Amino acid sequence: MEKEKEKATIVVFSGELDKALAAFNIATTAAAMGMDVTMFFTFWGLNVIKKNEGPLRSKGWMRKMLNWMNRGGSKRLKLSKFNMLGMGTWMMKKLMREERMPSIEELIAQAKRLGVKLVACTTSMGTMGLGEDAFIPEVDSFAGAATFLGEARKGTVNLFI
Amino acid sequence: MKADATLDCTGLYCPMPIIQTTDKLRELEIGQVLAVVADDKGIKTDMPAWCGSTGNEFLGMEEEDGEYKVYVRKLVEA
Repeated sequence: MEKEKEKATIVVFSGELDKALAAFNIATTAAAMGMDVTMFFTFWGLNVIKKNEGPLRSKGWMRKMLNWMNRGGSKRLKLSKFNMLGMGTWMMKKLMREERMPSIEELIAQAKRLGVKLVACTTSMGTMGLGEDAFIPEVDSFAGAATFLGEARKGTVNLFI
Repeated sequence: MKADATLDCTGLYCPMPIIQTTDKLRELEIGQVLAVVADDKGIKTDMPAWCGSTGNEFLGMEEEDGEYKVYVRKLVEA
């Protein structure tokens, strides 16, 4: 009989490229180390798993404005430092490509392949007026804090990024 | 040391060597040995840590001109 896998959970609260890379780096490694990994995307972290294409549909002018200014999507993530109107982010992506480091899109694909579960926070979705159709199909489920805590209390590694 | 398969991870940084090792080991039989070649120094501690976590056996490491060759024996099905 296979022994119960150790659990790791990561809350992805931030919507910046560097932090998302760190989160997926740890998630994929934990999964490769035989752990059962769940990533919870909440607040700005939702930007990491938003679709890159198409408009975000939401109701009300404030939400429309928020989602226009905070479009998100893996390709639009910026560095938390030295973004410099996109130039810093562009340069960092270039350096990473040169060093054959995986992009955030590649890491998301790797994570899925290794069985990492991606969960979007429904409370943040509600506040920001985002429906399930705003997210990439790789997202496994939509849930709340109790789901996270249910996993985290069994987790031996629980991170908030 | 003799290996049944070799995985070239030169030019790749953490966590790619570990993730590719996980994938590659799936193709091997229990008891077979995989040699992983890498030039990211992290592999020196990452591979023993990965082996300790997964239950595979870390057999040792050879170091030459900034290149590391680590040997892993597959002991468990991932």
